[in-house]
Parts: sequence; C-alpha cells; structure tokens
Amino acid sequence: MAVASTTDTPVSAATGPRRVPVGRLAVYAVVAIIGFCLAFAPFLFPDVRAQEVAARICVFIVLVASYDLLIGYTGIVSFAHTMFFGLGAYGTAIALKSMGPGFDAILLGGSAGVLAAFVLAVLIGLLSLRVKAIFFAMVTLAAASVMMVLASQLSDFTGGEDGMTYQVPRLFSPAFKLVEDADGKVARLFGVPLNGKIALYYAVFLSSFLLFAAMLRIVASPLGSVLMAIRENEMRAEAIGYRVVAYRTAIFCIAAVIAALAGVLRAVWLKYVGPDVVLSFAIMIDILLMVVIGGMGTIYGAVIGVVVMSLAQFYLKDLMEAGAEATAALPLIPHLLEPDRWLLWLGVLFILLVYFFPAGIAGTLMAKGGKKR
Amino acid sequence: MSTALERLGGVYLLPVLLAALAFVAIGSASTWTTLTVAGLAMGMMIFLMASGLSLIFGLMDVLNFGHSAFVSFGAFVAASVLAALSSWVSGGSALLNIVALLAAIGAATAFGAAGGWFFERVIVKPVYRDHLRQILITMGALIVAEQLILAVWGGAPIAVPRPAVLTGSIVIGDVPIEIYRIFAFLLGLAVYVAMYMILNNTRVGLLIRAGVENREMVEALGFRIDRLFIAVFMAGSALAAMGGAMWAGYQGLITPAIGPEMMILVFIVVIIGGLGSIQGSLLGAILVGLVANYVAFLAPKLSLASNMLLMMAILLWRPWGLKPAVRG
Repeated sequence: MAVASTTDTPVSAATGPRRVPVGRLAVYAVVAIIGFCLAFAPFLFPDVRAQEVAARICVFIVLVASYDLLIGYTGIVSFAHTMFFGLGAYGTAIALKSMGPGFDAILLGGSAGVLAAFVLAVLIGLLSLRVKAIFFAMVTLAAASVMMVLASQLSDFTGGEDGMTYQVPRLFSPAFKLVEDADGKVARLFGVPLNGKIALYYAVFLSSFLLFAAMLRIVASPLGSVLMAIRENEMRAEAIGYRVVAYRTAIFCIAAVIAALAGVLRAVWLKYVGPDVVLSFAIMIDILLMVVIGGMGTIYGAVIGVVVMSLAQFYLKDLMEAGAEATAALPLIPHLLEPDRWLLWLGVLFILLVYFFPAGIAGTLMAKGGKKR
Repeated sequence: MSTALERLGGVYLLPVLLAALAFVAIGSASTWTTLTVAGLAMGMMIFLMASGLSLIFGLMDVLNFGHSAFVSFGAFVAASVLAALSSWVSGGSALLNIVALLAAIGAATAFGAAGGWFFERVIVKPVYRDHLRQILITMGALIVAEQLILAVWGGAPIAVPRPAVLTGSIVIGDVPIEIYRIFAFLLGLAVYVAMYMILNNTRVGLLIRAGVENREMVEALGFRIDRLFIAVFMAGSALAAMGGAMWAGYQGLITPAIGPEMMILVFIVVIIGGLGSIQGSLLGAILVGLVANYVAFLAPKLSLASNMLLMMAILLWRPWGLKPAVRG
C-alpha cells in the first residue's frame, strides 16, 4: 500500500544518528504555525468571517484526524463518519432546543448523541468489519444515507431539511461580558471585545486541542502499532495473536465517539444544525479530500489538509469566478468555470493527487527527510 | 429438511415467501397484484444497474463507486434523445414511438459503453489491486461526473416524455397493470436471460466465469485477461446506463440526484445478493423491489428504512450475501 512509506520514517531515523528528518521537522513547523494562528485567531483575524473559518477548522481538524485513525492507520474505508458527526450535533441540538439553553442540556444531549454513535459503531463494526474492506465501505455508505433520509424525514425531531436553530448557554452569547472594565462595559484586549463569543471560541479551540492530543496519544500507544500492523498485513497480525476484528471494531468505535464529540462542538458553535452542515454527503467528501490532501496515516496531515482545503474553498471560488467572466463568450467553458462547479475541479485535483501523491502533503514531506538519512 | 428446501430452490424461494407473506398481510388480491408487478418491474430495473457492478467486482476485483454516474448519464442522455424526438414520441404512430424509445435506450447504452471504456482505461486501470486507492479514485471520478452532469444539464428537474404506446394500463380481471411496468420487467428478464446464456454457453462466458474464480490461472493459460476486463467493464457500464434510461422513463421526472439515490439501492442489492454473481443480483434486486413496494403500502413510515433493515437481516443470516460467487 502506498501510504506505507510514510510510517517507516521513525525506524530509519532511529538507525542513523539521532536526528529528526528535515521533512518531518517541516511538517511539525507548519503544524505549530497553524496551531499558533488558531490559538490567537480572535486577535490575529478579528473579523467575524475569519472567526467562523477558524472555528470550522478547529472542529474539522478533530473530525478529519479521527477519520485518519480509520483510513490512514487501520486501512478501513468508512463512509459513515458524517453520520457519527451528525449524531453528536443533532443530540446536542435537540437537547438544547427542548431543555432550553444550559450546560446540562449540552451535557445530556451530547452524551446521548455520543452514546448513540458508539452503539451504532459497535453494531456496524461487529456486523461487517469481519468481511472485506470494500464490503464495509458499501455497508457504511448505505447506513449513512439511511441516516440522512431519516434526519430529513423525522422533521418533528430534527427540523427536517431546514434544520433547527436554538440558544446556547448565556456564557457563550456575544452579549455576555466575560471581563468588565471599570464602567461596566466589555473590556477590550488589543481592540477585541472579551465577550461570550471569545469564550465560545476558546471552548471550541481547547476541546479540539484536547481531542487532537488524545488522538496523538492513541496513535503512539501500543494500540496504534497494532492498528498499523493490521493495515500492513492482516493475516500476519492475526497469526501473531491479535484479534483483528476486535481491534478494528475498537478503533471504529473510538473514531465514531471522537467524531460525535466534534459534532457536539460544531452544534454549540453554529447554534444551528441541518442536514447540509453536519450530515450531508458533501461533508463526507470534504473529509475524504482533506485526509487525502493532508496525508493518510499521519495525524498531522489532518491539520494541513483541513487548512489547505478550507482556504482553497474560498480562493478557488474567486479564481473560478474570474475565469468564468474571462471566457464568457465561449460555449460550455464558462459553465465549467462557474463558482458553483468548484467541486468539479477539486474532484479532478483529488484524482491526480491519489495517482501521483498518494501519501499527501504531510506524507510526501515526511518521506523526503527520511530518505536522506 | 434443509436439503429438501435446497432442492426446491433454497434462497430463491425468498421472494415467493415474501410475496406470500405480503398477500396475507395485504388481504386484497388486486392491490397485492399491483404491488407485486410494481415491485418486480422496479426490481428488474435495479437488476440492470446492479448486475454490471457485481460482475465487474467479481471478475476484476474492482468496486466502482462511480457506477452510479453511468446510471445518471444514461437517464439524462435518454431524456435528451426523447426530448429531441418529441414529435415521434407523442405522435400516434406506434412504430415511431417504439423507434424513439429504442433510440433513447440505445443512445444511453452506447454512451454507457463508451464512458465505461474511458473510465476503465483512464481511471481504474492504474489502480488495480489497490482497494484503498480504487475506492478513493472512483469516488473522485463520481464527484467529477456528477458535477459534469450539473454543468451540462443543470440542476432543475427534467421531464421525460414517455412514448404513447407505453402509457396507460391494461386491465386483467379487475386489476389495472401499467404497460411500462410490464415492458420494464420483460426488458430486464431479456437481459438476464441473455447474460445467463452468454455466461454459460459461450467461450467468452466461460472465460469470464473462470476469471471470477481464479484470475491468475486464466492469465497463466495464455488468455488476454485485460481485454476481457475492458469488455466486462463496458458491458457493465452500458447496463447501468440502460437501467438509468429505463428508470428515467419510469419516474417521468429526473434530477441529478438520481445517481446517488439509485446507488444506495444498487449497493444494497449487491450486498444482499453477494458480490460477483448475476443470480445473486437478480435475487437481491427482486427482494429489494418487492420489499420497497409492500412496505410503502403497509407501513409508509417504515419504507425509508425498509431496505436497510432487509440488508441488516440478511447480513446477520449470511454475512457474504445470499449467492456470492467469490468469498474472501
């Protein structure tokens, strides 16, 4: 498998003098810069839109990294990841809507969503992880689409296609004064008002950070090594004495729970859930693109993939709009360059990437330093 | 007991059993007949789409997630041809009606075959034997194909004119049966018989069956298996496009969402039937068609999840599907 090359770098680094490969350092540096930018995003990019993007990036890093646990580390292709994401988000949203804004609602609804995701993951895992990878991909795709239909049909609970809006706890509302100055107004730090919005952003950021750190820990643990062994050679792992199905089901459940937690964060930040933002197949495709662009089998790749994709989603549209205007006189071409068609070009890019750089940005970079030795 | 059941037809009895159960539950013979015919017609159209996917997987070990793109393309090409020939379609002459219909289905099928050739050469060939990249690449191709459909035909629903010959219904006893459903059923049956004959009575069919069972051995005996691959891929894609064209005529109104919608059903059929066998696909398709129609009548609220529940039940009973050609 092509992604194998990304994971043997620690070994090759250990055989030479103890020196971290250059490519690996570069990846760490990029990730550190991104982390820094996200940590101070409200102060570095004070406008509202940039904050939306920053919060989305935080949540998606968790989501994509948890998907990487499956596809990159274990070699499981699941299309049900948005289903778990959606379960967490809808659980929180329904509780916040029916119980009113409060942390008890977030706790209760969030845990209900996470629990539902866990149970569903156990069921799907035990049912179909013992058969071929390809079979599993189909089963998850079918399950996810049924969940999508359910969410849009059970409109009494979920708000149907329109989704639903709700209030979040007062601490997180923009009107809340986190720090008051002498006059009783909202205090400002570097010109940024310290209101509930900041509190909410940091709650999302810190939770994402903790989840991301937890995943780094999982990957470095013995469990992580077993998962990679299963990916590389399933028969051999089984022969050594690891119960492959149990391990696969375990990581599938872990990834599902983390995805559901990411869904909780998303629901609290957005104050809205609907099929388009938490459950749609477009999000699944986004996750897939992000994990492949960033690099499968390197948790850090998720960070890079999410940032690159999120920025591309904004700038590619602008570029295409310019292109469509420039070619307006020609037939068909302006249709292909319409900003709405950006997914077309991302799809082409995706295919080329899978052909030529199957290890993704982080994987390719990391391999580079390792070969020099 | 089990051998006696096996001799009677084994899992092939399932649709009969299902129909009998539904008859008891529904209670009215005329309603039951209508639903059964509708279920069989739907099943046959899904069979057209699913058999190609299943065969491609069985022979080439390639699961084409872009398969539904051919369904969409078939539907839209057929709609365009029918719209272009609208004077023939709506005219009173039965001959012109049929010519227009055949032209539409033929154009869709030819487009599917050509698209299949391109798809196999450009998209799938470089990633044989690498499942992970296959899934990713065919998924990427699906995205591109869907966007192309949106760019060419737009996102608004398109009406598909149905030839005058096939509109209306015939009444048997007191049961009205739509002519289009009979036509769909007969076409599907014809395709199944043709496939069965080719697979079991010709040299090519022999090679394909041998390839499904053991690809390396066929190669070692000196046959050009890559030519076989491309032929099967083109045939499978053409069948998907034909199924899409039939489905477009059945629905009367199509949107670009037709592909993803059908893909789920097709996957469920292939999973139920077992990968790689056309008998399994037929069985799965008919089961799905019947269950969809019966449940929609008996318990409309359940209808959305019914196929999923059917799949779960069958997977619990037979994790490899009902009639798999390949295991492992």
